[in-house]
Amino acid sequence: MNARNTQKIAWFFIWAGGFITILIPISIIGYVLMRGLPSVSLDFLLTPPEGGLSGEGGISTVIVTTIYLIVVTLIILTPLGIGAAIYLAEYAGDSWITRTIRYAIDTLASVPSIIFGLFGFALFVTALHFRFSILSGALALVCLLLPTLIRTAEQAMTTVPRSQREAALALGATKWQTVSHAVLPTAMPGIVTGIILCIGRAVEETAVLYVTLGGSAAMPTSLFSGGRTLSLHLFYLAMETNAFEKSMATGAILIIIVIIINSLTDWLASRFHAKMTGGT
Amino acid sequence: MELKSKMETKDLNFYYGNYQCLINFNLVIKEHQITALMGPSGCGKSTFLRVLNRMNDLIPNARVEGKVLLDGQDIYAPGVDAAEIRKRVGMVFQAPNPFPKSIFENVAFGPRMLGVNNKFALSEIVEKSLQGAALWNEVKDILSKSGLALSGGQQQRLCIARAIAVEPEVILMDEPASAIDPTSTLRIEALMQDLKEKYTIAIVTHNLQEAARVSNWTAFVYLGEVVEYGKTADIFQHPKDKRTEDFITGRFG
Amino acid sequence: MIKEIEHEAEIQNKRTVKRQSKARFLSDRIARYLVFIDGMVSFLILLAIAVFTAQEGLPLFSQVNIMSFLFSTEWRPTQGEFGILPMIIGSIYVTLLALFIAVPLGVACAIFLSEVAPLAVQRYFRPLVQLLVGIPSVVYGLVGMVIIVPFIREFGGSGYSVLAAAIVLMAMILPTIISISEDSLRAVPSAYKQGALALGATHWQTIWHLLIPVARSGIISAVIRGMGRAVGETMAMIMVIGNSVVIPLSPLSSARTLTGNIAVEIQYASGLHRNALFATGIVLFVLIIVLNSLAMLVLKRGEVVVER
Repeated sequence: MNARNTQKIAWFFIWAGGFITILIPISIIGYVLMRGLPSVSLDFLLTPPEGGLSGEGGISTVIVTTIYLIVVTLIILTPLGIGAAIYLAEYAGDSWITRTIRYAIDTLASVPSIIFGLFGFALFVTALHFRFSILSGALALVCLLLPTLIRTAEQAMTTVPRSQREAALALGATKWQTVSHAVLPTAMPGIVTGIILCIGRAVEETAVLYVTLGGSAAMPTSLFSGGRTLSLHLFYLAMETNAFEKSMATGAILIIIVIIINSLTDWLASRFHAKMTGGT
Repeated sequence: MELKSKMETKDLNFYYGNYQCLINFNLVIKEHQITALMGPSGCGKSTFLRVLNRMNDLIPNARVEGKVLLDGQDIYAPGVDAAEIRKRVGMVFQAPNPFPKSIFENVAFGPRMLGVNNKFALSEIVEKSLQGAALWNEVKDILSKSGLALSGGQQQRLCIARAIAVEPEVILMDEPASAIDPTSTLRIEALMQDLKEKYTIAIVTHNLQEAARVSNWTAFVYLGEVVEYGKTADIFQHPKDKRTEDFITGRFG
Repeated sequence: MIKEIEHEAEIQNKRTVKRQSKARFLSDRIARYLVFIDGMVSFLILLAIAVFTAQEGLPLFSQVNIMSFLFSTEWRPTQGEFGILPMIIGSIYVTLLALFIAVPLGVACAIFLSEVAPLAVQRYFRPLVQLLVGIPSVVYGLVGMVIIVPFIREFGGSGYSVLAAAIVLMAMILPTIISISEDSLRAVPSAYKQGALALGATHWQTIWHLLIPVARSGIISAVIRGMGRAVGETMAMIMVIGNSVVIPLSPLSSARTLTGNIAVEIQYASGLHRNALFATGIVLFVLIIVLNSLAMLVLKRGEVVVER
């Protein structure tokens, strides 16, 4: 069997590998949208779920909980993440402290989400007596997402050319003024991209919230109310009820939200890149 | 003795996208001779070399017009397999690029691709090739060491050994000595004289002295065109074109 | 008189400038400290996680032998028996099976994207491959429940099986394997590729005999990272694997993963039971750190070999 023929056979498998790979997400998304979208209606979005074993109803409380949770998470996450990123990008030297911090961030980034859930359960739900609540869920999410935001924000800041910092300092600005007025504004689109990335991950996240948010289907009334996010609701519907059409519908909405968020992130990222390289 | 033409280009025009790099390039590479292409840096000489072994196929916007003949056959004719051509027309690159493998495996790579798997056959080929590249005595005890552990000059000779292991008919050398020290350079130039007994050699250089020292035939290439071509001695002592004369006397380049 | 007013204004001005200066430098100072503390937060979180997990988990070992915890097959919390061997085997079985399909498929796709696909095709393919990352794990689980489980039921068992979980997991770790492998392949210096082609090797020969061996450490690192991702997956696993505490002897058998063990029981566990679940968390934590360090080690060793 000569080399030419071997290559032809190899090429067949390689092209097949490529096509099979993209067929997987396409068919999954296609299937969920196909089976789920028909059940999605304004009614579905505005009615609360009935909870329990029936799986009837809509997802109004779920949507509210999801939004409430994400807002609270972002309020805590954003200053923490950006602050740490500022430290790493602008202030940190090459000391053992910096290396320890970086190691901690890298390790946190690969810890399975269920462990964050466990941690959240031990600390926020139990020890601090927050119980199953939006607060517990948000705090656990913050721990989960911090590495992601720090990495993205730091990268956005290091992309700002040195010359901009030097220009500010030469004008008599203090270090902090340089960071807040010269670096941050330029890096902002990149940082915003990172924040939206975190929103996307928060929407998809289930394991952490399963053990910190609880499973209540009711409308959240305060920070201390429990609840379900979209992904959690899908999980409960699938595991505890037979309402597959409803879970497909929930899945369809989840997928649409995620696709929108991903496209937004890509678009923002390319715009940021264009801005930094002098494009349109 | 009539010298045969091993490779020949007829009305060769080469384009990178819209930019024409080689213009009406007509050149003969004679068998068992060393032909040097010299000229100022820029598009042309290296590109021409890469046309001879179809390495420009790798570049998306490259376009070849005209004929490139190897023993009278056009290597760009439809249906001609580029890999087959490259087995007959080998190349040694400007910067030595041995694979991150052992010295043995570097030289054995080509024969393996040709289907030789027998250990003894490979050992024989490796030894013969390393001797042909004047490297055998220096590495015969360290064949399992990484090729990258050798000095620059040794690495280049390793690349030469690797190239001759597939028994090509033509060896193309792109500024073979520009990236290595002068002593190794002289060794490689001596090597080339031995190699031309078995192979046909074409080298590209912007170093005048090297072209004069090493080659039998020289072509002066300027801005993508063959300005002048002939026996090396003739070109250097009696250049016919003013541009050639200016280049030789160092007025530019 | 004017001179006095001017003089007074000058003093006021200087005072304001001084105050502004002081304010500027004060805020600079404060910022410096705040930012440093913020930087430490990640480290503190990691520490806190380690501490809390240990605090809740280690007490188990005052009552239960660590060897029997890891190697006993009996998990009966109500009777004080805590052996997680079935879950360890469940996690390993699912991960290996998923890798078995994901690695060849992922590496083939990586070769496709880096070496074979024409540029125009690449541009459409890449965002589609990215979609794999975008699909939430519960959606994978849902599709698994609705399509894969009934399909496997045809072959035996309830359908909720290691095989179903492996198929779902395969799709989830594919993007990790593809992206790291592709990066490794692209990182091979083009000088090597040109050298091989110039010798008359075909494109495939160059890929198989040169590019893949040179990129090998990167590809192995990709596989190990995929393993880490697989071991950490929870919700999708719970949805299709059956969650029975048995040692899976065939791919059609139901099983339970380490992660599933934690998630499924934590809400109503108390006392020693709860300690056991946290101890499972410790095992997971250690496993992930080992896998990660391994991945980094393999990558570093690969770099050294190539450079020399």
